[in-house]
Amino acid sequence: MESSSSSVSTATPVGVTPDYDDRIVKMFFTATVIWGIVGMLVGVIIALQLTFWQANLGPWLSFGRLRPLHTNAVIFAFAGNVCFTGIYHSMQRLLKTRMFNDTLSRIHFWGWQLIIVSAAVTLPLGMTQSKEYAELIWPIDVAITLVWVVFGINFFGTVARRKVQHLYVAIWFYMSFVITIAVLHIFNSLAIPATLFRSYPIYTGLTDALVQWWYGHNAVGFFLTTPFLGLMYYYLPRAAERPVYSYRLSIIHFWALVFLYIWAGPHHLLFSALPDWAQTLGMVFSIMLIAPSWGGMLNGLLTLRGAWDRVRTDPVLKMMVVAVSFYGMSTFEGPMMSIRAVNGLAHYTNWVIGHVHSGALGWVGMMSFGMLYWLVPRLYKRELWKPQWAEAHFWLATIGIVLYTVAMWAAGLMEGLQWRAINDAGQLANPIFLDITARLQPFLLLRVVGGSMYLVGAIMMGINFWKTVRGSDEAAQTPASVTA
Amino acid sequence: MTENNQHEEQGSAYGRFHRRVLEGKAVVFAVATTVAISIGGLAEIIPMFSASLGPERSEAVTPYTPLEVAGRDLYIREGCYTCHSQMVRPMRAELLRYGEWSRAWEYTYDRPFLLGSRRLGPDLQRVGGKYPDAWHYDHMEDPRALSPGSIMPAYDWMLTDRVEVADVTASIRALSTAGHPYDGDSEEWVRAEMERQGGEIVANLQSAGRETTWDTEIVAMIAYLQRLGVEGRQILQQQATASAPEAEASSTESAAAAQAGGGDR
Ligand code: HEC
Ligand code: HEM
Ligand code: HEM
Repeated sequence: MESSSSSVSTATPVGVTPDYDDRIVKMFFTATVIWGIVGMLVGVIIALQLTFWQANLGPWLSFGRLRPLHTNAVIFAFAGNVCFTGIYHSMQRLLKTRMFNDTLSRIHFWGWQLIIVSAAVTLPLGMTQSKEYAELIWPIDVAITLVWVVFGINFFGTVARRKVQHLYVAIWFYMSFVITIAVLHIFNSLAIPATLFRSYPIYTGLTDALVQWWYGHNAVGFFLTTPFLGLMYYYLPRAAERPVYSYRLSIIHFWALVFLYIWAGPHHLLFSALPDWAQTLGMVFSIMLIAPSWGGMLNGLLTLRGAWDRVRTDPVLKMMVVAVSFYGMSTFEGPMMSIRAVNGLAHYTNWVIGHVHSGALGWVGMMSFGMLYWLVPRLYKRELWKPQWAEAHFWLATIGIVLYTVAMWAAGLMEGLQWRAINDAGQLANPIFLDITARLQPFLLLRVVGGSMYLVGAIMMGINFWKTVRGSDEAAQTPASVTA
Repeated sequence: MTENNQHEEQGSAYGRFHRRVLEGKAVVFAVATTVAISIGGLAEIIPMFSASLGPERSEAVTPYTPLEVAGRDLYIREGCYTCHSQMVRPMRAELLRYGEWSRAWEYTYDRPFLLGSRRLGPDLQRVGGKYPDAWHYDHMEDPRALSPGSIMPAYDWMLTDRVEVADVTASIRALSTAGHPYDGDSEEWVRAEMERQGGEIVANLQSAGRETTWDTEIVAMIAYLQRLGVEGRQILQQQATASAPEAEASSTESAAAAQAGGGDR
């Protein structure tokens, strides 16, 4: 399977088929597609609620309860399962060994899905700790810790029994994901339980806020960035059939990225009463973060040197190029927004939402789609059911992202400027908050359109994969027409 | 293929070092990564617990009463913080719109913090005392009755659903464990406190023609909202009068803000 993927591969001796556990990869892949569609559907619903309040249905489906469901579903269910799909698939191949323990893999899978289901039940019921991306109540936090430990043992066990000596760069990034998320999750979740469903954090006030944004920013850094860079380092060279551009660049940008990221949390608390030294540290380290981020982007894009002709025709490469470009864009925008004066305008506004989704839809989403379109036909040894649907998905998603982010940037700038506008008499030019909200409506509507296009693309992908996979059962006897 | 590229490019000294020491020994790599990701967090979080480097403190702040704790828990349950911030920034327009900028010590008993990161609705840090109780009662039931065109969801179930005293007691006990000073943590004490404070709100509502009881969710919610920012404003005013004789001119922004806060009502 491995050896035929490219002419330069010397990875596996011909004729030896390593005994990899691909079943677990298929399980995580299936969960990815289902939760991805659910999470994005909830995204479209909350987008709709901000334009039509009537879409708030009863206590359980009102905006304040559904928004955390959206973020948890897309981050932990969609992005999380994508990472596990890619990690379980690529690390076995990179380390030339089966996963350490199949039972641990299953516990990881089912435990994680159970956590997601319990999130989907508790959040609409209003059970929440309110910290962004760490809303889940304490018993679920305990479960996350346990499942993560299982994943960690399985991960490091596999590393320990590897059949190659050196760790490929993708593995470095995966490792930073496993370690850092454990540290962040545990320290941000420390709390005193009051009941089974409620607890109070051991930190208070701005200390609590700082710990939360140390967690929150690094959830972005180590859940939505480093594992995806790992996926980029494995799947982009695979799909492009080119070696990674620079090994040295990957060393520098890896260490700089993991070291600098941790400091940047306070950029979420600029102009708050957080001590000045902390705000300054957050701002300075955020600005420095542009360097290692762009190092990663350049290493990705330059890997495509000599393969640009294929980028024009291959949806997999197209998606990956768009993903890496959006990564570059949002990691340019992020440091800009960390500059105090700029943040003064952007904070609290839809601009932040535009930034979030250029990273989330552009980088995380497109990287995931690109990887899956490459992986699924190889995993199931079948041609993709409708390649032209993948092409359509690419365009729907790309146009959807553009509509979404442009609408949010416009809305964000507008409200930021109108909130602060002061007239000649020294009074607020727009004293009534709701007047400004009303002017945002066209942009919020445009976001619904862009978001829906993105969702439709994802659903088309789901159907496409469903048909592809089903086909593989029907034609189980047929020799694979796709060379992996 | 991809892996092999690492062989090709080990010309540099650090490349060779990295390859031999780190990539070859997974334990060393994992430890190095752990160290790299720990430094920033430790350097930023530990000083927060020191008196001189951490957030500014004030002894004058009091913890939320049991009824306010119940209201705060409802604020969390409904995700009000997804639309409302509680952090007024020291900027002219914000002082005009919302009042005094937020001080660190105002959050002394905010567990969890509720600063928020979005303003789909106005900041609520200084909303206490801005409207009468009956306004909140009607606004929660139907925001558009008072603010036509509002996108805030209605919370009409709060008018009928009840707060369990046992539940609030559990919260007070946990908060006491965390160090919040309360005069009691028995169910009787919590009930008495809630009845006393809730009774005042019920009386206010009654005089405006709204019938309810002290244990409804709406009463707890109103208690919490009416408390927001009030104590902070009082403490700031005391500080201002204490220092006024010496330096009247120095209270530039604060004084202007205190007035602006009133003017917005
Ligand atoms: C979808 C976003 C949204 C959610 C969720 C939300 N609000 Fe609002 N809120 C608004 C908007 C917009 C306004 C301004 C218009 C108005 O008065 O309704 C507002 C206004 C308010 C005001 C009046 C503020 C002022 O200074 O005039 C209060 C008080 C308030 N909300 C409390 C709450 C509480 C309590 C909750 C949770 C139970 C909540 N809101 C949930 C959007 C929201
Ligand atoms: C169909 C596509 C999507 C739509 C329509 C959508 C819509 C929304 C909306 C309406 C919000 C709330 C914005 C606000 O508070 O004003 C939101 C928040 C958020 N979404 Fe999405 N979303 C989509 C996909 C995604 C994906 C794929 C991800 C991540 C991988 C993501 C991550 C987030 C995050 C992290 C937030 C919170 C942002 C913050 O707190 O500042 N979204 N989304
Ligand atoms: C160098 C990299 C980056 C920097 C310095 C950075 C900086 C910032 C800043 C300053 C904010 C606004 C905080 C505020 O005012 O409220 C922000 C918000 C956010 N960013 Fe980034 N960003 C970076 C990359 C990314 C990427 C790649 C993603 C997504 C994959 C992302 C996801 C988010 C999210 C989800 C939020 C919203 C947090 C919230 O308020 O809930 N960021 N970022």
